[in-house]
Amino acid sequence: MTTYETYGTGRATGGPGTRALTDCWTMTRRELAHWARQPVQVLVGLVFPVMLLLMFGYLVGGGREVSGNYVDYLVPGMLALTMAFGLEGTMLAVTQDLNKGVIDRFRSMPMANGAVLVGRSAADMLQSAVGLAVLLAVGYAIGWRAHGGVAGLLGAVGLLLLFRFAMLWIGIQLALVAGKPELVQAVQILVWPVGFLSNAFATPGSMPGWLGTAVQWNPMSQTATAVRDLFGNPGGEPGHIWAAVAWPLALLAVFFPLAVRRFGRLSR
Amino acid sequence: MADAAITVEGAHKKYGGTQALSGLDLLVARGTVHGVLGPNGAGKTTLVRILSTLLRPDGGRVEVAGHDVLTEAREVRLRIGLLGQHAALDEELSGRQNLDMFGRLHHLGARHARVRADELLARFDLADTGRKAVRHYSGGMRRRLDLAASLITDPEVLFLDEPTTGLDPRGRTEVWAAVRSLVGGGTTVLLTTQYLEEADQLADRVCVVDRGRVVADGTPDELKAATGGDRIDVVLRHAGQLGAAVALLPVPAEGVRVDPDRRLLSAPVTDRMAALSGVVRALEAAGIEAEDVALRRPTLDEVFLHLTGDDERTREAA
Repeated sequence: MTTYETYGTGRATGGPGTRALTDCWTMTRRELAHWARQPVQVLVGLVFPVMLLLMFGYLVGGGREVSGNYVDYLVPGMLALTMAFGLEGTMLAVTQDLNKGVIDRFRSMPMANGAVLVGRSAADMLQSAVGLAVLLAVGYAIGWRAHGGVAGLLGAVGLLLLFRFAMLWIGIQLALVAGKPELVQAVQILVWPVGFLSNAFATPGSMPGWLGTAVQWNPMSQTATAVRDLFGNPGGEPGHIWAAVAWPLALLAVFFPLAVRRFGRLSR
Repeated sequence: MADAAITVEGAHKKYGGTQALSGLDLLVARGTVHGVLGPNGAGKTTLVRILSTLLRPDGGRVEVAGHDVLTEAREVRLRIGLLGQHAALDEELSGRQNLDMFGRLHHLGARHARVRADELLARFDLADTGRKAVRHYSGGMRRRLDLAASLITDPEVLFLDEPTTGLDPRGRTEVWAAVRSLVGGGTTVLLTTQYLEEADQLADRVCVVDRGRVVADGTPDELKAATGGDRIDVVLRHAGQLGAAVALLPVPAEGVRVDPDRRLLSAPVTDRMAALSGVVRALEAAGIEAEDVALRRPTLDEVFLHLTGDDERTREAA
């Protein structure tokens, strides 16, 4: 009780920039603390894409018309799909957060605007990086091989994480706009057709013309194709790397400012 | 007022189609506890959300701790604590983790935040539960932790929005005790409540809010005096005789309230002693047995009903 005076107002340390960074780190720690308290949930999040990979690799994929090893075609597709499906995970987490009273406390505190979102994205990116590592390891175990060297591997992982980062901010914006758990459910269902409307599992050439065109335009297909190219896997085409960089950047240019602005104005 | 902790002049706020605040004025002096009374939907929560920078007013001037909530939101946020209607806590984290996080967000630094968290846990009798996730806490514990979180920096102005709604009597007593212990330290407290007893117990001044504006402002005593004089309460032995008793009392019929469950009738009086002896004689003459007859000041309940024009209970009695 005697030391209260030392906690008087205005004793904030550092300049605005330092404070903002501190806030972002504090919010990231919060997400990491959530993981530590719910390890099962984190584990399920990591196991699910592995399950999909094994299902498609062994149950569904046997008869796909792909030149070369189907697992070599499938793994990059699964990596891209997992990054895309991250959208609903982010949306769910943000929606749950917004419906909690704690957001009111954050917003009534002298903290950096948007640190809550940065914490969310840092934690989600970390989880996605771990998820990629797990998928690559399982892929390796079932016979997938990269032939593009270390540079190719790093480049591919970079492109995947960039794509995930774009999906993340779309997820945040959707959560901020929709704001209701019921709508998360709708998105959780809708990511399936959109995710499958890509070249993750099958080549566009094997689809009816118009569908194949739509699939080729899907940003996720661009990332998958570029990743296949960098891994030296079948289905890879040179020249797609620019699209795999440009698409996520374009999406980010739209959704990042929208989400930050929307969060700042929440219910005000 | 030079040393006003809260200044609100002509605040307006429209939500969807409803006018939540329509020209609300409020002045709260530093170091006082100000009660804001009002029925559901009167605009109490809107007021608190505007004062704590969560909502923007559509019009009017709103200053907290000398800073404008619109143009100097950060300055305001440095100086306030907020205890909202719903617990503003991270349910997945422990009490200690919550306080540590809020301390860091107040930029106390990692070490001070930890020390402060432990201090507050001890002060609010939560030290034993410090590592358990908040979702396992009881309602009263949650409220105390929420209050602790509002006090991380010893705020100049503390907002308590219906701090005891939904709590059992024990939880309510706990929160009241905690609020009382704060008041000595010079903090200004703005407390909204639907419970008149709460305002009576805790507040130096009270304002009554109805339909988005203040309809009365004063000390609890002033408000009681403004509503009218003293009242006489009579508790009968048999509830069935309440009707007969009302008919023969030597007091004006309007303003008489009857509570059959407590076998109680209550009436305003002008001349205290005349009314007392008159009532006793009239009951005796009619052979109606009374268990208790007492003179008293009006409660804030009666003030509230009087001011908000909600005289249902008065009408029932008439």
